[in-house]
Amino acid sequence: MAEEAPKKFLEPLFWTLFSAGGVVAALLMPVHIFLFGLALPLGWLQDLSHGRALALIEHPLVRIYLFVFCSLPLFHWAHRFRYTLYDGLQIKHLNEVITVFCYGGAIIGTALAGYVLWSIP
Amino acid sequence: MAETIQLEVTRYSPEHDAAPALQRFEVPYRKDWVVLDALNYIKDKLDGSLSYRWSCRMGICGSCGMMVNGEPKLTCATFLSHYAPGAVRVEPLRYFPVVRDLVIEMTDFMVKLQKVKPWIIRKDEKSIADAEYRQTPQQLDVYKQFSMCINCMLCYAACPVYGLDPLFTGPAAIALAQRYNMDSRDEGARERMDILSQHEGIWACTFVGECTKACPKNVDPAGAIQQYKLTAAKEWFKSLLVPWGAK
Amino acid sequence: MTRHEAKGATQYTPYHPRWYRTRVSTYWWLWNWYYLKFVLRELSSIFVAYFVVITLLQIHSLGRGPDAYVRFEERMRNPLMIALNAISFLFVLFHTITWFNLAPRAMVAHLGGKRVPDALIACSNYVAWLGISAVVAWFILR
Repeated sequence: MAEEAPKKFLEPLFWTLFSAGGVVAALLMPVHIFLFGLALPLGWLQDLSHGRALALIEHPLVRIYLFVFCSLPLFHWAHRFRYTLYDGLQIKHLNEVITVFCYGGAIIGTALAGYVLWSIP
Repeated sequence: MAETIQLEVTRYSPEHDAAPALQRFEVPYRKDWVVLDALNYIKDKLDGSLSYRWSCRMGICGSCGMMVNGEPKLTCATFLSHYAPGAVRVEPLRYFPVVRDLVIEMTDFMVKLQKVKPWIIRKDEKSIADAEYRQTPQQLDVYKQFSMCINCMLCYAACPVYGLDPLFTGPAAIALAQRYNMDSRDEGARERMDILSQHEGIWACTFVGECTKACPKNVDPAGAIQQYKLTAAKEWFKSLLVPWGAK
Repeated sequence: MTRHEAKGATQYTPYHPRWYRTRVSTYWWLWNWYYLKFVLRELSSIFVAYFVVITLLQIHSLGRGPDAYVRFEERMRNPLMIALNAISFLFVLFHTITWFNLAPRAMVAHLGGKRVPDALIACSNYVAWLGISAVVAWFILR
Protein backbone atom coordinates (compact mmCIF):
# COMPACT_ATOMS: atom_id res chain seq x y z
CA MET A 1 0.00 0.00 0.00
CA ALA A 2 2.94 2.32 0.59
CA GLU A 3 3.79 2.36 -3.14
CA GLU A 4 0.49 4.01 -4.04
CA ALA A 5 0.27 7.78 -4.35
CA PRO A 6 -0.71 9.53 -1.09
CA LYS A 7 -4.11 10.49 -2.51
CA LYS A 8 -5.27 6.91 -3.06
CA PHE A 9 -3.74 5.88 0.26
CA LEU A 10 -5.96 8.36 2.14
CA GLU A 11 -9.17 7.51 0.28
CA PRO A 12 -10.47 5.04 2.94
CA LEU A 13 -9.92 7.74 5.57
CA PHE A 14 -11.84 10.32 3.57
CA TRP A 15 -14.68 7.87 2.99
CA THR A 16 -14.87 7.03 6.71
CA LEU A 17 -15.01 10.73 7.60
CA PHE A 18 -17.66 11.20 4.92
CA SER A 19 -19.77 8.40 6.41
CA ALA A 20 -19.37 9.64 9.97
CA GLY A 21 -20.20 13.17 8.86
CA GLY A 22 -23.22 11.87 6.99
CA VAL A 23 -24.56 10.16 10.09
CA VAL A 24 -24.01 13.28 12.23
CA ALA A 25 -25.62 15.48 9.59
CA ALA A 26 -28.57 13.12 9.17
CA LEU A 27 -29.25 12.84 12.89
CA LEU A 28 -28.54 16.36 14.14
CA MET A 29 -28.75 18.86 11.29
CA PRO A 30 -32.54 18.89 10.81
CA VAL A 31 -33.33 19.78 14.42
CA HIS A 32 -30.59 22.43 14.54
CA ILE A 33 -31.72 24.13 11.33
CA PHE A 34 -35.34 23.94 12.43
CA LEU A 35 -34.62 25.55 15.80
CA PHE A 36 -31.91 28.08 15.00
CA GLY A 37 -32.77 28.76 11.37
CA LEU A 38 -36.56 28.86 11.46
CA ALA A 39 -38.37 28.47 14.81
CA LEU A 40 -36.34 30.92 16.91
CA PRO A 41 -35.89 33.71 14.31
CA LEU A 42 -39.56 33.48 13.34
CA GLY A 43 -40.62 33.75 16.96
CA TRP A 44 -42.42 30.40 17.12
CA LEU A 45 -40.59 29.66 20.35
CA GLN A 46 -39.42 31.76 23.26
CA ASP A 47 -36.20 33.56 22.39
CA LEU A 48 -32.87 32.20 23.56
CA SER A 49 -31.23 35.05 25.48
CA HIS A 50 -27.49 35.65 25.38
CA GLY A 51 -27.06 34.74 29.02
CA ARG A 52 -29.03 31.54 28.64
CA ALA A 53 -27.06 30.53 25.53
CA LEU A 54 -23.76 31.15 27.30
CA ALA A 55 -24.92 29.05 30.22
CA LEU A 56 -25.78 26.19 27.86
CA ILE A 57 -22.43 26.31 26.11
CA GLU A 58 -20.43 26.45 29.34
CA HIS A 59 -20.39 22.71 29.82
CA PRO A 60 -17.36 21.04 28.17
CA LEU A 61 -19.52 18.18 26.87
CA VAL A 62 -21.69 20.69 25.01
CA ARG A 63 -18.56 22.18 23.45
CA ILE A 64 -17.36 18.74 22.37
CA TYR A 65 -20.81 18.03 20.92
CA LEU A 66 -20.69 21.31 18.97
CA PHE A 67 -17.15 20.57 17.79
CA VAL A 68 -18.23 17.22 16.40
CA PHE A 69 -21.37 18.84 14.97
CA CYS A 70 -19.28 21.39 13.08
CA SER A 71 -16.33 19.25 12.06
CA LEU A 72 -17.65 15.93 10.77
CA PRO A 73 -20.38 17.33 8.48
CA LEU A 74 -17.71 19.53 6.88
CA PHE A 75 -15.73 16.43 5.94
CA HIS A 76 -18.97 14.92 4.67
CA TRP A 77 -19.42 17.95 2.43
CA ALA A 78 -15.76 17.89 1.32
CA HIS A 79 -15.91 14.29 0.05
CA ARG A 80 -19.34 14.57 -1.55
CA PHE A 81 -18.64 17.91 -3.19
CA ARG A 82 -15.34 16.67 -4.57
CA TYR A 83 -17.10 13.82 -6.37
CA THR A 84 -19.92 16.10 -7.47
CA LEU A 85 -17.34 18.32 -9.16
CA TYR A 86 -15.72 15.29 -10.81
CA ASP A 87 -19.02 13.90 -12.11
CA GLY A 88 -21.11 17.01 -12.48
CA LEU A 89 -18.71 19.41 -14.11
CA GLN A 90 -16.37 16.70 -15.46
CA ILE A 91 -13.30 18.54 -14.23
CA LYS A 92 -11.46 15.50 -12.99
CA HIS A 93 -8.25 16.78 -14.53
CA LEU A 94 -8.25 19.48 -11.85
CA ASN A 95 -8.36 16.85 -9.13
CA GLU A 96 -5.36 18.13 -7.15
CA VAL A 97 -6.90 21.60 -6.88
CA ILE A 98 -10.31 20.15 -6.00
CA THR A 99 -8.89 17.81 -3.36
CA VAL A 100 -6.95 20.59 -1.65
CA PHE A 101 -9.94 22.95 -1.82
CA CYS A 102 -12.40 20.45 -0.37
CA TYR A 103 -10.44 18.74 2.36
CA GLY A 104 -8.43 21.87 3.07
CA GLY A 105 -11.69 23.73 3.59
CA ALA A 106 -12.91 21.04 5.97
CA ILE A 107 -9.66 21.13 7.92
CA ILE A 108 -9.76 24.93 8.16
CA GLY A 109 -13.40 24.76 9.30
CA THR A 110 -12.50 22.20 11.93
CA ALA A 111 -9.62 24.33 13.17
CA LEU A 112 -11.88 27.41 13.32
CA ALA A 113 -14.50 25.45 15.24
CA GLY A 114 -11.88 24.29 17.70
CA TYR A 115 -10.58 27.83 18.15
CA VAL A 116 -14.01 29.42 18.56
CA LEU A 117 -15.22 26.80 21.02
CA TRP A 118 -12.00 26.98 23.02
CA SER A 119 -11.96 30.76 23.30
CA ILE A 120 -15.50 31.31 24.56
CA PRO A 121 -15.41 32.39 28.24
CA MET B 1 -54.59 -9.22 -35.73
CA ALA B 2 -54.19 -6.08 -37.77
CA GLU B 3 -52.57 -4.19 -34.90
CA THR B 4 -49.05 -3.00 -35.37
CA ILE B 5 -46.54 -1.13 -33.27
CA GLN B 6 -43.75 1.18 -34.34
CA LEU B 7 -40.17 0.37 -33.52
CA GLU B 8 -37.40 2.97 -33.85
CA VAL B 9 -34.13 1.12 -34.11
CA THR B 10 -30.62 2.56 -34.18
CA ARG B 11 -28.79 1.83 -37.41
CA TYR B 12 -25.09 2.42 -37.78
CA SER B 13 -22.93 1.01 -40.51
CA PRO B 14 -19.32 2.13 -40.04
CA GLU B 15 -18.65 1.86 -43.77
CA HIS B 16 -21.49 4.20 -44.78
CA ASP B 17 -22.55 6.31 -41.79
CA ALA B 18 -20.78 9.04 -39.85
CA ALA B 19 -23.10 8.64 -36.87
CA PRO B 20 -25.93 6.35 -35.71
CA ALA B 21 -29.48 7.20 -36.77
CA LEU B 22 -32.94 5.84 -35.94
CA GLN B 23 -34.88 3.83 -38.53
CA ARG B 24 -38.63 3.21 -38.23
CA PHE B 25 -40.19 -0.22 -38.65
CA GLU B 26 -43.82 -1.31 -38.42
CA VAL B 27 -44.04 -4.60 -36.54
CA PRO B 28 -47.12 -6.75 -35.72
CA TYR B 29 -48.28 -6.19 -32.18
CA ARG B 30 -48.85 -9.39 -30.19
CA LYS B 31 -49.57 -9.19 -26.48
CA ASP B 32 -47.07 -11.90 -25.65
CA TRP B 33 -44.24 -10.53 -27.79
CA VAL B 34 -41.09 -9.10 -26.29
CA VAL B 35 -38.83 -6.53 -27.93
CA LEU B 36 -36.53 -9.35 -29.04
CA ASP B 37 -39.42 -10.97 -30.94
CA ALA B 38 -39.97 -7.66 -32.71
CA LEU B 39 -36.28 -7.40 -33.62
CA ASN B 40 -36.31 -10.98 -34.91
CA TYR B 41 -39.39 -10.15 -37.02
CA ILE B 42 -37.56 -7.15 -38.49
CA LYS B 43 -34.52 -9.28 -39.31
CA ASP B 44 -36.62 -12.11 -40.79
CA LYS B 45 -39.17 -10.16 -42.78
CA LEU B 46 -38.22 -6.49 -43.13
CA ASP B 47 -34.46 -5.85 -43.10
CA GLY B 48 -32.03 -8.74 -42.85
CA SER B 49 -29.06 -6.42 -42.34
CA LEU B 50 -30.08 -5.46 -38.80
CA SER B 51 -27.35 -6.63 -36.39
CA TYR B 52 -27.89 -7.40 -32.71
CA ARG B 53 -26.90 -9.96 -30.10
CA TRP B 54 -29.21 -12.52 -28.54
CA SER B 55 -29.10 -16.15 -27.52
CA CYS B 56 -31.20 -17.88 -24.88
CA ARG B 57 -34.27 -15.57 -25.19
CA MET B 58 -35.12 -16.35 -21.57
CA GLY B 59 -33.10 -13.92 -19.46
CA ILE B 60 -30.15 -16.09 -18.42
CA CYS B 61 -27.40 -15.61 -21.01
CA GLY B 62 -27.09 -11.84 -20.71
CA SER B 63 -26.52 -11.26 -24.45
CA CYS B 64 -29.53 -9.14 -25.43
CA GLY B 65 -28.98 -6.04 -23.29
CA MET B 66 -30.07 -2.83 -25.09
CA MET B 67 -31.59 0.56 -24.30
CA VAL B 68 -35.38 0.43 -24.65
CA ASN B 69 -36.94 3.92 -24.45
CA GLY B 70 -33.82 5.17 -22.69
CA GLU B 71 -33.63 2.43 -20.04
CA PRO B 72 -31.21 -0.50 -20.03
CA LYS B 73 -33.23 -3.69 -20.47
CA LEU B 74 -32.90 -7.28 -21.56
CA THR B 75 -34.89 -7.25 -24.79
CA CYS B 76 -35.98 -10.85 -24.20
CA ALA B 77 -37.61 -9.81 -20.93
CA THR B 78 -39.24 -6.53 -22.02
CA PHE B 79 -42.80 -6.81 -23.32
CA LEU B 80 -44.08 -4.66 -26.19
CA SER B 81 -47.36 -4.38 -24.30
CA HIS B 82 -45.58 -2.29 -21.68
CA TYR B 83 -45.01 0.46 -24.27
CA ALA B 84 -48.05 0.03 -26.57
CA PRO B 85 -49.50 1.91 -28.37
CA GLY B 86 -46.52 4.28 -28.43
CA ALA B 87 -43.34 3.77 -30.42
CA VAL B 88 -40.59 1.64 -28.91
CA ARG B 89 -37.09 3.07 -29.27
CA VAL B 90 -34.31 0.46 -29.29
CA GLU B 91 -30.74 1.72 -29.03
CA PRO B 92 -27.41 0.05 -28.31
CA LEU B 93 -26.32 -0.30 -24.66
CA ARG B 94 -25.26 3.09 -23.35
CA TYR B 95 -21.67 4.06 -22.46
CA PHE B 96 -20.14 1.39 -24.70
CA PRO B 97 -18.63 2.02 -28.15
CA VAL B 98 -20.99 0.98 -30.96
CA VAL B 99 -19.56 -1.51 -33.43
CA ARG B 100 -22.61 -1.69 -35.71
CA ASP B 101 -26.38 -1.13 -35.31
CA LEU B 102 -27.21 -2.51 -31.85
CA VAL B 103 -23.92 -4.35 -31.28
CA ILE B 104 -21.54 -2.82 -28.73
CA GLU B 105 -17.87 -3.42 -28.00
CA MET B 106 -17.57 -5.14 -24.64
CA THR B 107 -13.85 -5.86 -24.35
CA ASP B 108 -13.54 -3.20 -21.65
CA PHE B 109 -15.89 -5.14 -19.39
CA MET B 110 -14.14 -8.45 -20.11
CA VAL B 111 -10.78 -6.92 -19.20
CA LYS B 112 -12.13 -5.51 -15.94
CA LEU B 113 -13.85 -8.76 -15.06
CA GLN B 114 -10.58 -10.64 -15.41
CA LYS B 115 -8.74 -7.99 -13.43
CA VAL B 116 -10.75 -8.66 -10.27
CA LYS B 117 -9.93 -12.39 -10.36
CA PRO B 118 -13.45 -13.84 -10.17
CA TRP B 119 -12.44 -17.34 -9.16
CA ILE B 120 -11.65 -19.21 -5.95
CA ILE B 121 -8.12 -18.33 -4.87
CA ARG B 122 -6.49 -20.61 -2.37
CA LYS B 123 -3.02 -20.65 -0.84
CA ASP B 124 -2.86 -24.42 -1.25
CA GLU B 125 -5.24 -26.25 -3.49
CA LYS B 126 -6.77 -29.35 -2.01
CA SER B 127 -6.37 -32.40 -4.20
CA ILE B 128 -9.51 -34.30 -5.20
CA ALA B 129 -8.47 -37.17 -2.95
CA ASP B 130 -8.61 -34.84 0.07
CA ALA B 131 -12.41 -34.58 -0.20
CA GLU B 132 -14.58 -31.66 -1.27
CA TYR B 133 -14.70 -28.10 0.15
CA ARG B 134 -17.66 -28.05 2.52
CA GLN B 135 -20.02 -25.13 2.85
CA THR B 136 -23.17 -24.76 4.94
CA PRO B 137 -26.35 -23.23 3.50
CA GLN B 138 -25.79 -20.21 5.78
CA GLN B 139 -22.32 -19.68 4.28
CA LEU B 140 -23.85 -19.92 0.81
CA ASP B 141 -26.50 -17.34 1.66
CA VAL B 142 -23.84 -14.76 2.48
CA TYR B 143 -22.72 -14.44 -1.15
CA LYS B 144 -25.50 -16.12 -3.12
CA GLN B 145 -27.17 -12.90 -4.23
CA PHE B 146 -23.95 -11.64 -5.86
CA SER B 147 -23.44 -14.95 -7.66
CA MET B 148 -26.62 -14.44 -9.71
CA CYS B 149 -24.89 -12.03 -12.09
CA ILE B 150 -25.31 -12.98 -15.77
CA ASN B 151 -22.77 -10.41 -17.05
CA CYS B 152 -25.42 -8.61 -19.08
CA MET B 153 -23.80 -5.18 -18.46
CA LEU B 154 -27.12 -3.38 -17.93
CA CYS B 155 -25.58 -2.00 -14.73
CA TYR B 156 -22.75 -0.41 -16.72
CA ALA B 157 -25.31 1.22 -19.00
CA ALA B 158 -27.08 2.62 -15.93
CA CYS B 159 -24.00 3.86 -14.08
CA PRO B 160 -23.26 7.56 -14.79
CA VAL B 161 -19.82 7.22 -13.16
CA TYR B 162 -18.87 4.58 -15.74
CA GLY B 163 -20.17 6.83 -18.48
CA LEU B 164 -18.07 9.75 -17.26
CA ASP B 165 -14.95 7.75 -16.38
CA PRO B 166 -14.44 4.64 -18.52
CA LEU B 167 -11.58 3.61 -16.23
CA PHE B 168 -14.07 2.85 -13.44
CA THR B 169 -14.09 -0.87 -12.69
CA GLY B 170 -17.87 -0.88 -12.64
CA PRO B 171 -20.74 -2.47 -10.72
CA ALA B 172 -20.75 -6.04 -12.05
CA ALA B 173 -16.99 -6.58 -11.73
CA ILE B 174 -16.93 -5.31 -8.14
CA ALA B 175 -20.04 -7.31 -7.20
CA LEU B 176 -18.42 -10.44 -8.59
CA ALA B 177 -15.20 -9.71 -6.70
CA GLN B 178 -17.29 -9.38 -3.55
CA ARG B 179 -19.04 -12.67 -4.38
CA TYR B 180 -15.70 -14.42 -4.19
CA ASN B 181 -14.46 -12.42 -1.21
CA MET B 182 -17.45 -13.58 0.79
CA ASP B 183 -17.20 -17.19 -0.33
CA SER B 184 -15.98 -19.26 2.61
CA ARG B 185 -13.84 -21.39 0.29
CA ASP B 186 -11.90 -18.38 -1.00
CA GLU B 187 -8.64 -17.03 0.43
CA GLY B 188 -7.96 -14.30 -2.10
CA ALA B 189 -9.53 -11.27 -0.39
CA ARG B 190 -6.13 -9.61 0.11
CA GLU B 191 -5.21 -9.92 -3.58
CA ARG B 192 -8.48 -8.45 -4.74
CA MET B 193 -8.27 -5.67 -2.17
CA ASP B 194 -5.07 -4.34 -3.70
CA ILE B 195 -6.70 -4.20 -7.13
CA LEU B 196 -10.02 -2.75 -6.05
CA SER B 197 -8.70 -0.14 -3.64
CA GLN B 198 -7.22 1.81 -6.54
CA HIS B 199 -8.98 5.07 -7.17
CA GLU B 200 -10.88 3.71 -10.17
CA GLY B 201 -11.87 0.67 -8.13
CA ILE B 202 -14.49 1.03 -5.45
CA TRP B 203 -13.72 4.63 -4.46
CA ALA B 204 -14.98 6.18 -7.70
CA CYS B 205 -18.47 4.87 -6.90
CA THR B 206 -20.81 7.49 -5.45
CA PHE B 207 -23.72 5.14 -4.67
CA VAL B 208 -26.05 6.47 -7.34
CA GLY B 209 -27.87 3.15 -7.07
CA GLU B 210 -29.04 2.98 -10.68
CA CYS B 211 -27.08 -0.23 -11.25
CA THR B 212 -29.20 -2.08 -8.72
CA LYS B 213 -32.36 -0.73 -10.32
CA ALA B 214 -31.30 -1.93 -13.77
CA CYS B 215 -30.17 -5.40 -12.71
CA PRO B 216 -32.55 -8.09 -14.01
CA LYS B 217 -31.27 -10.64 -11.50
CA ASN B 218 -31.51 -8.60 -8.24
CA VAL B 219 -27.79 -8.81 -7.64
CA ASP B 220 -27.72 -5.39 -5.90
CA PRO B 221 -24.23 -4.37 -7.08
CA ALA B 222 -24.58 -1.01 -5.31
CA GLY B 223 -24.98 -2.79 -1.98
CA ALA B 224 -21.99 -5.02 -2.78
CA ILE B 225 -19.82 -1.99 -3.48
CA GLN B 226 -20.82 -0.15 -0.29
CA GLN B 227 -20.20 -3.28 1.78
CA TYR B 228 -16.83 -3.58 0.12
CA LYS B 229 -16.01 0.05 0.94
CA LEU B 230 -16.74 -0.68 4.59
CA THR B 231 -14.47 -3.74 4.52
CA ALA B 232 -11.70 -1.83 2.76
CA ALA B 233 -11.92 1.04 5.26
CA LYS B 234 -11.76 -1.40 8.18
CA GLU B 235 -8.74 -3.11 6.63
CA TRP B 236 -7.06 0.25 6.09
CA PHE B 237 -7.50 1.29 9.73
CA LYS B 238 -6.31 -2.13 10.87
CA SER B 239 -3.19 -1.84 8.71
CA LEU B 240 -2.50 1.56 10.26
CA LEU B 241 -2.84 0.41 13.82
CA VAL B 242 -1.36 -3.05 13.43
CA PRO B 243 1.11 -2.77 10.52
CA TRP B 244 2.97 -5.88 11.42
CA GLY B 245 -0.21 -7.93 11.36
CA ALA B 246 -0.64 -7.65 7.58
CA LYS B 247 -0.88 -11.07 5.94
CA MET C 1 2.30 -21.66 -41.63
CA THR C 2 5.26 -19.75 -40.23
CA ARG C 3 5.09 -18.27 -36.74
CA HIS C 4 4.94 -14.79 -38.24
CA GLU C 5 1.85 -15.64 -40.30
CA ALA C 6 0.16 -17.35 -37.37
CA LYS C 7 0.72 -14.26 -35.25
CA GLY C 8 -0.89 -11.98 -37.86
CA ALA C 9 -3.88 -14.33 -38.25
CA THR C 10 -4.89 -14.12 -34.57
CA GLN C 11 -4.10 -10.47 -33.92
CA TYR C 12 -7.02 -8.42 -32.54
CA THR C 13 -7.09 -4.63 -32.78
CA PRO C 14 -8.50 -3.34 -29.51
CA TYR C 15 -9.38 0.22 -30.55
CA HIS C 16 -11.10 0.17 -33.92
CA PRO C 17 -11.29 3.73 -35.29
CA ARG C 18 -14.75 3.21 -36.79
CA TRP C 19 -16.47 2.41 -33.48
CA TYR C 20 -18.89 5.15 -32.57
CA ARG C 21 -18.49 6.67 -29.10
CA THR C 22 -21.15 9.02 -27.81
CA ARG C 23 -19.68 11.73 -25.59
CA VAL C 24 -21.51 12.07 -22.28
CA SER C 25 -23.02 15.55 -22.06
CA THR C 26 -22.26 17.88 -19.15
CA TYR C 27 -26.01 17.87 -18.51
CA TRP C 28 -26.24 14.09 -18.18
CA TRP C 29 -27.94 14.54 -14.81
CA LEU C 30 -30.88 16.35 -16.36
CA TRP C 31 -31.75 13.47 -18.71
CA ASN C 32 -33.73 11.48 -16.23
CA TRP C 33 -35.44 11.97 -12.93
CA TYR C 34 -33.35 9.40 -11.04
CA TYR C 35 -30.09 11.02 -12.07
CA LEU C 36 -31.52 14.38 -11.04
CA LYS C 37 -32.59 13.04 -7.63
CA PHE C 38 -29.06 11.71 -7.19
CA VAL C 39 -27.44 15.07 -7.98
CA LEU C 40 -29.86 16.90 -5.65
CA ARG C 41 -28.92 14.45 -2.94
CA GLU C 42 -25.25 15.22 -3.50
CA LEU C 43 -25.89 18.98 -3.56
CA SER C 44 -27.58 18.74 -0.14
CA SER C 45 -24.05 18.53 1.26
CA ILE C 46 -23.57 22.20 0.31
CA PHE C 47 -26.46 23.19 2.57
CA VAL C 48 -25.00 21.04 5.33
CA ALA C 49 -21.72 22.94 5.07
CA TYR C 50 -23.62 26.24 4.89
CA PHE C 51 -25.36 25.65 8.19
CA VAL C 52 -22.14 24.57 9.87
CA VAL C 53 -20.79 28.00 8.91
CA ILE C 54 -23.92 29.66 10.33
CA THR C 55 -23.50 27.69 13.55
CA LEU C 56 -19.86 28.75 13.81
CA LEU C 57 -20.85 32.40 13.28
CA GLN C 58 -23.51 32.03 15.94
CA ILE C 59 -21.06 30.59 18.49
CA HIS C 60 -18.51 33.26 17.58
CA SER C 61 -21.03 36.07 18.11
CA LEU C 62 -21.97 34.45 21.43
CA GLY C 63 -18.39 34.81 22.58
CA ARG C 64 -18.15 38.46 21.48
CA GLY C 65 -20.81 39.64 23.91
CA PRO C 66 -24.58 40.39 24.05
CA ASP C 67 -24.49 43.13 21.38
CA ALA C 68 -22.82 40.93 18.80
CA TYR C 69 -25.27 38.14 19.66
CA VAL C 70 -28.29 40.41 19.19
CA ARG C 71 -26.91 41.62 15.87
CA PHE C 72 -26.51 38.00 14.78
CA GLU C 73 -30.11 37.26 15.73
CA GLU C 74 -31.26 40.31 13.75
CA ARG C 75 -29.47 39.04 10.66
CA MET C 76 -31.09 35.64 11.09
CA ARG C 77 -34.52 37.32 11.02
CA ASN C 78 -33.85 38.79 7.59
CA PRO C 79 -36.45 37.31 5.17
CA LEU C 80 -33.71 36.23 2.74
CA MET C 81 -31.98 34.30 5.52
CA ILE C 82 -35.26 32.71 6.55
CA ALA C 83 -35.88 31.65 2.97
CA LEU C 84 -32.34 30.26 2.65
CA ASN C 85 -32.69 28.40 5.94
CA ALA C 86 -36.04 26.97 4.87
CA ILE C 87 -34.48 25.65 1.66
CA SER C 88 -31.53 24.28 3.66
CA PHE C 89 -33.94 22.56 6.00
CA LEU C 90 -35.66 20.82 3.09
CA PHE C 91 -32.37 19.74 1.55
CA VAL C 92 -30.99 18.45 4.86
CA LEU C 93 -34.25 16.56 5.42
CA PHE C 94 -33.74 15.03 1.95
CA HIS C 95 -30.23 14.04 3.00
CA THR C 96 -31.53 12.42 6.20
CA ILE C 97 -34.23 10.42 4.44
CA THR C 98 -32.00 9.20 1.59
CA TRP C 99 -29.19 8.40 4.04
CA PHE C 100 -31.36 6.25 6.31
CA ASN C 101 -32.98 4.50 3.35
CA LEU C 102 -29.61 3.60 1.85
CA ALA C 103 -27.75 2.77 5.07
CA PRO C 104 -29.08 -0.84 5.36
CA ARG C 105 -27.51 -1.67 1.98
CA ALA C 106 -24.04 -0.74 3.23
CA MET C 107 -24.24 -2.20 6.70
CA VAL C 108 -25.56 -5.71 6.53
CA ALA C 109 -26.34 -7.05 9.98
CA HIS C 110 -26.73 -10.74 10.67
CA LEU C 111 -28.68 -11.90 13.69
CA GLY C 112 -28.59 -15.60 14.49
CA GLY C 113 -27.55 -16.57 10.96
CA LYS C 114 -30.27 -14.60 9.20
CA ARG C 115 -29.87 -11.22 7.61
CA VAL C 116 -31.71 -8.44 9.41
CA PRO C 117 -34.33 -7.00 6.99
CA ASP C 118 -33.47 -3.60 5.48
CA ALA C 119 -36.73 -2.04 6.66
CA LEU C 120 -35.90 -2.82 10.27
CA ILE C 121 -32.50 -1.14 10.09
CA ALA C 122 -33.96 1.90 8.35
CA CYS C 123 -36.79 2.13 10.92
CA SER C 124 -34.42 1.98 13.86
CA ASN C 125 -32.41 4.81 12.27
CA TYR C 126 -35.54 6.95 11.98
CA VAL C 127 -36.53 6.19 15.58
CA ALA C 128 -33.02 7.12 16.77
CA TRP C 129 -33.23 10.33 14.73
CA LEU C 130 -36.55 11.36 16.26
CA GLY C 131 -35.36 10.46 19.74
CA ILE C 132 -32.08 12.37 19.46
CA SER C 133 -33.82 15.39 17.93
CA ALA C 134 -36.26 15.44 20.83
CA VAL C 135 -33.42 15.29 23.36
CA VAL C 136 -31.51 18.12 21.64
CA ALA C 137 -34.63 20.29 21.40
CA TRP C 138 -35.45 19.68 25.05
CA PHE C 139 -31.89 20.55 26.09
CA ILE C 140 -31.90 23.84 24.22
CA LEU C 141 -35.41 24.94 25.10
CA ARG C 142 -35.95 23.79 28.70
